[in-house]
Amino acid sequence: MLAAIGVESMDDLLVDIPSSLRIHELKLPDGLSELDTMAEINALAGKNRVFADRLTFRGGGVYRRFIPTAVAAVTGKPEFYSAYTPYQPEASQGTLQAIFEFQTLIAELTGLDVANASLYDGATAVAEASMMARVHTGRDEVLVAGYLHPEYLEVLRAFGEGRGMKVRRGEEPSAKTAALVFQQPDFLGLLVDARGLTEKAHAAGALAIACVDPISLAILAPPGEYGADIAVGEGQQLGLAPSYGGPHVGFIACRKELVRRLPGRLIGSSFDSAGRRGFVLTLTAREQHIRREKATSNICTNHSLCALAASVYMTYMGEAGLRQVAETSFQRAHALAERLAKLPGWELAFPERQFLNEFPVIVPKPGPVLRKLARKGILGGLEVGRWFRELRGVVTFTCTEVNDPAAINQLLEVLTS
Amino acid sequence: MSEPLSFELSRPGAEPPRLPAPGLSAAPSADVLPKEHLRVKPADLPRLSEAEIMRHYSRLASLNYSISEQFYPLGSCTMKYNPVANEAAAALPGFAGLHPYQDEETVQGALELQPAAGAHGEWTALRMIQAYHHSRGDKRTEVLVPDSAHGTNPASAALSGFQVVEVRSGRDGRISLSDLESKLSPRVAALMLTNPNTLGLFEREILDVAEMVHATGAMLYYDGANLNAFMGVCRPGDMGFDAVHMNLHKTFTTPHGGGGPGAGPVGVKAELVPFLPHPTVEKADGHFKLDFRRPKSIGRVRSFYGNFGMLVRAYTYVLAMGGDGLTQASKDAVLSANYLRKQVDGVLEIPHHGPCMHEFVATAHNLASQGVRALDVAKGLLDRDFYAPTIYFPLVVPEAIMVEPTETESKATLDAFAEALKEIVQEAKTNPAALHEAPRNTPVGRLDEVGTARRITAYLTGQSEEPVLRWKRAGK
Repeated sequence: MLAAIGVESMDDLLVDIPSSLRIHELKLPDGLSELDTMAEINALAGKNRVFADRLTFRGGGVYRRFIPTAVAAVTGKPEFYSAYTPYQPEASQGTLQAIFEFQTLIAELTGLDVANASLYDGATAVAEASMMARVHTGRDEVLVAGYLHPEYLEVLRAFGEGRGMKVRRGEEPSAKTAALVFQQPDFLGLLVDARGLTEKAHAAGALAIACVDPISLAILAPPGEYGADIAVGEGQQLGLAPSYGGPHVGFIACRKELVRRLPGRLIGSSFDSAGRRGFVLTLTAREQHIRREKATSNICTNHSLCALAASVYMTYMGEAGLRQVAETSFQRAHALAERLAKLPGWELAFPERQFLNEFPVIVPKPGPVLRKLARKGILGGLEVGRWFRELRGVVTFTCTEVNDPAAINQLLEVLTS
Repeated sequence: MSEPLSFELSRPGAEPPRLPAPGLSAAPSADVLPKEHLRVKPADLPRLSEAEIMRHYSRLASLNYSISEQFYPLGSCTMKYNPVANEAAAALPGFAGLHPYQDEETVQGALELQPAAGAHGEWTALRMIQAYHHSRGDKRTEVLVPDSAHGTNPASAALSGFQVVEVRSGRDGRISLSDLESKLSPRVAALMLTNPNTLGLFEREILDVAEMVHATGAMLYYDGANLNAFMGVCRPGDMGFDAVHMNLHKTFTTPHGGGGPGAGPVGVKAELVPFLPHPTVEKADGHFKLDFRRPKSIGRVRSFYGNFGMLVRAYTYVLAMGGDGLTQASKDAVLSANYLRKQVDGVLEIPHHGPCMHEFVATAHNLASQGVRALDVAKGLLDRDFYAPTIYFPLVVPEAIMVEPTETESKATLDAFAEALKEIVQEAKTNPAALHEAPRNTPVGRLDEVGTARRITAYLTGQSEEPVLRWKRAGK
């Protein structure tokens, strides 16, 4: 090949690199066989402790759910995972159609008109939605009501700086407010008055942004039914492993009046000259590779493969399956809450509030209790006082379809022993 | 060949999957929750059996071109083979099964991977540079970006609150030092640069560029998209870059996934360390800790610790390749690109002379007289079972065709690709109309993108009921 190029050595191809910059080797060990690589990787994985799904009662934004085998069977197809952003639609119909289906599934679930091809995660989805509201209303204040996931709030703050957004906690929007953001159920698992908050936002001329749990929407009123303008959320529960927090997938859906302000990729249906239907990237004039510094988002890719996993999950479940998953989680969590509240010194932190499958409990000496559970192989609830001073001593427990009745009994046995 | 939507395949009679019943005595949600909280209209999701679902997605998969089946020379995207061992590594329960809020003692193996930086590296690094200048009482408002840069560069700069100032390329395809000099001032916070640049050319005068930038107190930012060109040959830090981001899905073989998830970890020089987003991973007495107490930090840029699963994949790749393997990979990538460039030279025009690094840019400009454009060449390649190179980028070359072969491809594949290009150029001269109708061997032909945009406008303005951006049940 060197001869065909007309040079004598590899160095002749690297002549543009100043000699003072050349290094002779990387200070890394030499490569390994697959056998040895996997032995090292396994050893590294072995330094971590994995709690059984059924004995995990910790949520806080990432949840254990039953993941149908079909999900990995589809996302493991190299035709999906080793393709890229579908710049050539004729050769990328598989990816494009799968994302078009994802957009439809999310729009159906949220009850809104249009969803995009996905975002990085729930936190950046909240930030991108707030940016949409800022541009749409020309106002710069973003109000965050109640207990939004604290890491989402931190990301929103970090995003807001430099983009001219003023992020505040509160729920009284004014003429300066671009959006009122709330989470349903909130970070603690409690239901908020989504309808009331939406009306408040609209009365002040602001947009209502609902951050929702996708599985909850099988039971709970979706943002579209109570009039929210934008729905966002984290899609990890739709068929993705916890994976120490990522990669997961964010989703965003909105009313049709806001479609042109959506960040990221959008797929639309199209036709070829023979009248055959196909799918294309569309409305790309919003995006960074066209608008460059005038774009309102710098997002280039989405989380396509994670969105594919979510699509397979939702299609596998269907409406009835999703409802059953939500309902089983609901009933088990309520049974657990009732039993936990009877432990001496334990009580529900907000007994008058409704919840689905995660709830806050006041636990005497939570540190030792959680350590005791861990010794018995149980990942107990999450201490939320770490983020909210007023919630010192409060622990949120979560319960889903993977926490079978025997696992719940096991938890109670350890707590009463 | 086409596949109906899952919604169109849906059968009302399909049984829902068998799932666990509650098995504990508790009231159903409909009896507990107040009515205003309950969903009124059920979501209209498809109903299919598992067998039907698997067949549906297998058919969809067959409609894609991918690295697993085709040469995918998409310039600037480094489409190299994704080792299957990476996937096995990330799926290990010791990684995939970790909850992000487990105690530190239970995740020491995960913290050893230093999952600190997370995605959207460009924006993160620019915010750090901004914070660095502010901490010195220096309010710099501009970021310089070359005209050949990736579109994300100016967008990230603008979203960090900077004004973007473009620096022109010289005739040799490299950044123009005189134009750079005229734009440098105490207002400039940073110059964003990728090296080799998007033309596949090494910025020979990078040391002068760094000196000029640093002399005005600005910082030099490295867009790591093109890192595959010189691993083991030279390093961005030695060139004078102060902050870098790396695209793990390019150089480090994590799958592109049809458009993500990627990961963009950021590396910085000592002056910028206090501004890193939190949490960072610190090591003390052989023990790894997450550090959230970083008073000068720009804050949190992602939930949890970024795309951890992608770091596992990239780490597996680096371990398997080693220092020797990575160096060889870069050299092979440069060799492939130069070889292919030589084969293509003369078939298409190549606007810049001298050796390239890991990719090169040609132009279809010489086919304009036949009415053939870069887009037509791309579609002709699809018909010959090759994915198309990046086209119309970088913007500084008209009718650009940007080819990045990577080290994955054999000489035989490169020869076959060059042969296909020759055929297409021949066809452009003898029968251009046929090329305008390409592709013909793909599941669909050229799609009417303008028509799609028009139909969306009709929907958004209320002139049509068809949403175009989603499926909708007829008559709903």
